[in-house]
Amino acid sequence: MNHDHDHHHDHDGHDHYHELAEIRETLARAGGSRYWRSLEELAGTDAFQGFLGREFPSQSEEWTDPVGRRQFLRLMAASLALAGVTGCAFQPPETIVPYVQAPEQIINGRPLFFASSLTHEGYGMGVLVESWQGRPTKIDGNPEHPATLGASDAFLQAAILTMYDPDRSQVITRNGRVGAWDDFVGVVIELRRQARDDQGAGLRILTETVCSPTLVEQIRALLAAFPKAKWYQHQAIGRDNAREGLRMAVGDDVEPIHNVAKANVIVSLDADFTAQGPSHLRDARDFATRREPEGLSGGMNRLYVIEPTPSCTGSIADHRLAVPSHQVVVMAQAIAHGLEVKGVSAPTPALIPARAKFVDAIVADLKANRGACLVLAGVAQPPVVHALTAAINFALDNVGKTIDYIAPIESDPANRINGLRELTADMAGGRVSTLIVVGGNPAYDSPADINFADALDKVKSTIRLGLYEDETSSHCHWHIPEAHPLEAWGDVLAYDGTASIVQPLIAPLYGGKSAIELISTLVTGESKAGLELVRSHWEAKRPGPEFEGFWRRTLRDGFVADSAFKPKPVRLKLGTVQIGQSSGPGLEVNFRPDPTIWDGRFANNGWLQELPKPMTRLTWDNAALLSPATAKRLGLVVDELYAKVDQVDLTLNGRTVRAPIWIVPGQADDTVTIHLGYGRTRAGRVGSDIGFNAYRLRPSDSPWSATSLKVEKAGETFELATVQHQNVINGLQDRELIRVSTLSEFRETPHFAQVPDEHVKRDLTMFEVPLPQLRRQEGHEGNAWGMSINLNTCIGCNACVIACQSENNIPVVGKEQVITGRAMHWLRIDRYYEGDLDAPTIHHQPILCMHCESAPCEPVCPVAATTHSAEGLNEMTYNRCVGTRYCGNNCPYKVRRFNFLQYSDETTPSLKLMRNPNVTVRSRGVMEKCTYCVQRISAARIIAEGENRRVGGNEVKTACQSACPTRAIVFGNLNDPMADVVKKKASPRNYALLAELNTRPRTTYLAKLKNPNPAMKEG
Amino acid sequence: MSDGSQRPAGDESPVPEPDYTIESVTDKISSIVLVRPYGYGWLVGFTISFVLMMVLLLATSVLFIKGVGIWGVRTPVMWGFAIVNFVWWVGIGHAGTLISAILLLLKQDWRTSINRFAEAMTLFAVACAGLFPILHLGRPWVFYWLFPYPNTMGMWPQWRSPLIWDVFAVTTYATVSLLFWYIGLIPDLATLRDRSKNRVAQIAYGILAMGWSGSSRHWHRYRTTYLLMAGLATPLVVSVHTIVSFDFTIAIVPGWHSTIFPPYFVAGAIFSGFAMVLTLTIPLRRIYGLQGFITAKHLENMAKIILTTGMIVAYGYFIEAFMAWYSANPYEMHQVLNSRPKGPYAHTYWQLIACNCLIPQLLWIKWFRTNPLALWVISIIVNIGMWLERYVIVVVSLSSDFLPSSWAMYHGTKWDYATLFGSMGLFLMLLFLFVRVLPVISITEMRELVHEQAGHDESHGAGGTKP
Repeated sequence: MNHDHDHHHDHDGHDHYHELAEIRETLARAGGSRYWRSLEELAGTDAFQGFLGREFPSQSEEWTDPVGRRQFLRLMAASLALAGVTGCAFQPPETIVPYVQAPEQIINGRPLFFASSLTHEGYGMGVLVESWQGRPTKIDGNPEHPATLGASDAFLQAAILTMYDPDRSQVITRNGRVGAWDDFVGVVIELRRQARDDQGAGLRILTETVCSPTLVEQIRALLAAFPKAKWYQHQAIGRDNAREGLRMAVGDDVEPIHNVAKANVIVSLDADFTAQGPSHLRDARDFATRREPEGLSGGMNRLYVIEPTPSCTGSIADHRLAVPSHQVVVMAQAIAHGLEVKGVSAPTPALIPARAKFVDAIVADLKANRGACLVLAGVAQPPVVHALTAAINFALDNVGKTIDYIAPIESDPANRINGLRELTADMAGGRVSTLIVVGGNPAYDSPADINFADALDKVKSTIRLGLYEDETSSHCHWHIPEAHPLEAWGDVLAYDGTASIVQPLIAPLYGGKSAIELISTLVTGESKAGLELVRSHWEAKRPGPEFEGFWRRTLRDGFVADSAFKPKPVRLKLGTVQIGQSSGPGLEVNFRPDPTIWDGRFANNGWLQELPKPMTRLTWDNAALLSPATAKRLGLVVDELYAKVDQVDLTLNGRTVRAPIWIVPGQADDTVTIHLGYGRTRAGRVGSDIGFNAYRLRPSDSPWSATSLKVEKAGETFELATVQHQNVINGLQDRELIRVSTLSEFRETPHFAQVPDEHVKRDLTMFEVPLPQLRRQEGHEGNAWGMSINLNTCIGCNACVIACQSENNIPVVGKEQVITGRAMHWLRIDRYYEGDLDAPTIHHQPILCMHCESAPCEPVCPVAATTHSAEGLNEMTYNRCVGTRYCGNNCPYKVRRFNFLQYSDETTPSLKLMRNPNVTVRSRGVMEKCTYCVQRISAARIIAEGENRRVGGNEVKTACQSACPTRAIVFGNLNDPMADVVKKKASPRNYALLAELNTRPRTTYLAKLKNPNPAMKEG
Repeated sequence: MSDGSQRPAGDESPVPEPDYTIESVTDKISSIVLVRPYGYGWLVGFTISFVLMMVLLLATSVLFIKGVGIWGVRTPVMWGFAIVNFVWWVGIGHAGTLISAILLLLKQDWRTSINRFAEAMTLFAVACAGLFPILHLGRPWVFYWLFPYPNTMGMWPQWRSPLIWDVFAVTTYATVSLLFWYIGLIPDLATLRDRSKNRVAQIAYGILAMGWSGSSRHWHRYRTTYLLMAGLATPLVVSVHTIVSFDFTIAIVPGWHSTIFPPYFVAGAIFSGFAMVLTLTIPLRRIYGLQGFITAKHLENMAKIILTTGMIVAYGYFIEAFMAWYSANPYEMHQVLNSRPKGPYAHTYWQLIACNCLIPQLLWIKWFRTNPLALWVISIIVNIGMWLERYVIVVVSLSSDFLPSSWAMYHGTKWDYATLFGSMGLFLMLLFLFVRVLPVISITEMRELVHEQAGHDESHGAGGTKP
């Protein structure tokens, strides 16, 4: 390669010399101690950019000069560290060919979409990734994939930012010094020689939950070669309880598959099935199909939720009961007893009347819907709840109808906590000579009583594969940067066993290796490419001449057709169930994954950190969640206006952490919920040192809940960044923002949602009465874009918020700026409480620009920077905006966002690659807001014009719409009678927010309906 | 109308005090500029105001470097101190023109002693006010897009926006005020030119006097122009703050969208303008011994105007609350009847009521109207009250409008305060310079008054004053 360059660069060799001198000077100036930071700064210089930009040494002439060669090598070491800075300029080492003739598929200005899979909790989630000239920019669900059905969640949406994260580890390190892959391979060869001698007695592998057939094959091959080696899996949010409960119930390792759409009555025992778990997108979609009173799908379902802390699922429940986590088992027992499940006695002492009534209603409802109902248990509930749940479903004849059992998806199902305990004991006892930690972050997220980090230091040789140089890497000898799933070949099984091939969208930005590549090196002693490994695995499974066709089809579709596991016939083998009521002297503490940063793995993802948590509306922090009554009893206060909160010392089993409190209406009394994932120390520039580390309290014997928590007021206050006031609990009565009714009342008064506006129009408005549809009817034939948002199915899951952020290059502003009210989300989900403070009804309302036909923002702009388009969009012209912010004041929906400072990161190179090229990156001083994804409208129009047709009424999908798992958001052309949005708006439940202001919003809402059990009416 | 009816009843002290002659008036007033040495007090005062102005410069520099995010503005309160300060300064700037133009046309000759000073104050207040809309912009470097000028973008401003009306109202007001003030200054500049011994001063005043020789023709034209300018300036007194109030009333924000705003803004402007004149005049007359020109009668008259306009303002508050209740509009009712008096900013609201409605009632008592110290304290309280009024209107209304989910608290940051106090520094510094280089009282008009009082009183009246 160098020879090619020689010729080209001969004539300007002198310039290069100066360039090098300049870079060297910069390096020299930077000094030694601030090595890493300096490199980042160094990357800013033009000379270095140019140097790196040329992909490979153009300084070949330097080799002839010994001094120059030394400089060159120094710089190359730096450039290795800086590999990420040049981003995709590094091509994969496979054959590369320039576009002499453009490939057929690639058209400049149009993206390509690739089907692949990402993992969540280890399970596969089929995605479609948008790619612009080789740069992936946006992730959406794969409509054909059973786990996503085209929808996505906030984690999938935000994965793109993790991939481009400049804080990802960028270089192989050995004891903190830069190493090389070849050196590592040398170490592996040495390791293999040792292992051959002792059969791998000291070799241990620790992975996260593995659902990848190729990786399993590699690890099994390794274990076969070294039979005394051991493999453990650890994941902070694991499914141990469900697995053991089902083993208890049916005597076998199985996984349940729910068919929520077929259930008329659903009872959730602390199962947040619409927002968590490997099938949550599927389940949320199925659930939503049964929430439409007008639908053809067999009537509206009814959801009961029993849970200790409010969840997305709880917020859409028809009946929600807050009980402490350790009481859920009693509720399950009572339900089972009510359904005459064999071997289950009535709970003693008997339930308090309110709970007994709740149970009676559930039992009656379940009995009436035998075979068409479903009971689910959450992973945080102990095995016995899962066993009881299975028994109930068997008793109700639901198995084979609304629930199926399949063989486990996870490889080697076993109790993971016991495994981790055993491994740690071996490590501490010096029985482990080599530990390979693949992914995860066990030094951070192990339970408090399993001292993994200290044990790690006792292992002679530790090898770590990780996306970040995190807490675990800091205890390991070798750190190998891991390739992000968007950068590497792989495969994974979805919740139902459907297999997907993971294909890379871009060569590894930071030269990372995948788990498969790492393990195969151990197996074979040589490094093989991921593609070869995955392909050969599948070729072995599907040998023959059809393989090529199979491979290509699978890559295109994103999954292996018909690979879902078949239901496994199982029989209930549950004997008499022993239910011990556990309750300790203190409060109950519940450990839950954080709704936005999960178990901590997304801590360095700014989008997810700044994403308001669905219930608390907090950003950038976790807190100890308390019910209003408990907080009052403990004398703890939240200054509601400033989010200055009391801090408490939480003590469990002698371990203490200090946490700020947050009051959550709907939390069970005398319980504290704390979210895992915060308190990271080596997450990166974004995620380190924020929040408190709940793992430091988490006991390994009851990792989800414990009942002897001591809470003491610490006497200090803490400032939390919330985007919505807590005190606004009854803003509902006179404003009619969220209109709610019940199914039976709806049948009597279908137009209930429109009644308030009639009233307001006549009596209350100070504004001109709206002329119905005036502008739209004035004979113009063009498109009229509009949106409908169904409050009935919105679960507040936040997928749309991140989808919008990703699509529209929305910046992250940081905690301080969120506190000062500068969060930039174009789309927010307002949360309101209704009714009783202790048992409120929770509502979510997505708010985005309403694109008012008579928009209050437009006439007040002095420079005409916000104007109306002929298609009814309220448009922002960033270049014209001078920043008076008058429009923001005059917007009654408060959807306009202002760049008070320079929020967009215009300097970090990898983030530049990530941005949607069709959306302007805004600078400081300009207003911005939802555009209805005007870039997507324009793209559709360009295609339609090329094909000499009109844009279809459903052809344009906004980013929020595509992401929504429940299809609550529908967008389209109001002038096309066939458009879905027109049908939605024809519903009697259609209403406009603040209609009395005569803004005539193009975005309207479908009122919310509840389907309460008539038997529960009283009380 | 007879002269007697124009004099407020109970007026004991004539203007100026009778022992002044034409000669002594000229000596006394011009000596402040030409003879009196730099006083220690002046230097200290000037230094303090200069330092404050440097604070403004610093705050502005940081603002331009970083952006308006250094201020407390946020979603949903996107307007904060800058707009409050703007409206406050513009309001203060109303007194000068009112005194000069309207009182001139109404033949209130007691105005003569204070008009020059009030006009200067107006100009400086408008200058301070004019800064804020520009500083307030997200992209201040393109502020000129608010003006209609031919450009390659083919864009004009958006005429429906009250901010454009504001641009015209304020620039017109500033221009007319400047011209009016300058025209009134010309004969005095000639006096200073003739009396100064310093060559530089002679040249400078000579250029500014524009060749004034005091001929009859000059006086005739001067007189006509001055009256015409007074006529031209008069509607501006009403229009400027009416249009400033449109910034709020045209918007749909509860607490802004109200027809009472224009009259009560104008009354409030006069209220605060006179308060500021008092705040500045009372120390000035004492330090420079001008009690003979600015007499107790002046103070009392101004106190009466403050009392009157203060009650108009109080009436405005009352009607605003009444209409909110009468409309039964939930947003208005929440804003005016709940959020302001009972919400998180209630202390601000009640301070405003105390400053603007309750304390000025003391002026019913003559002692307060004539005691300079008491009056000075009350005038400062009124100034604070009017600033709080704008704060309540701008900030409190925005902090809780339609959707409760967006309600949030606003507070100024240190840079907000730096800009506010810095603008006061600019204002005071300009005033300190003014008293050193220009006659603080119109020598010409004072001489006329002396002349009239010396037995020519009956001739006065046809045109307010005559040569």
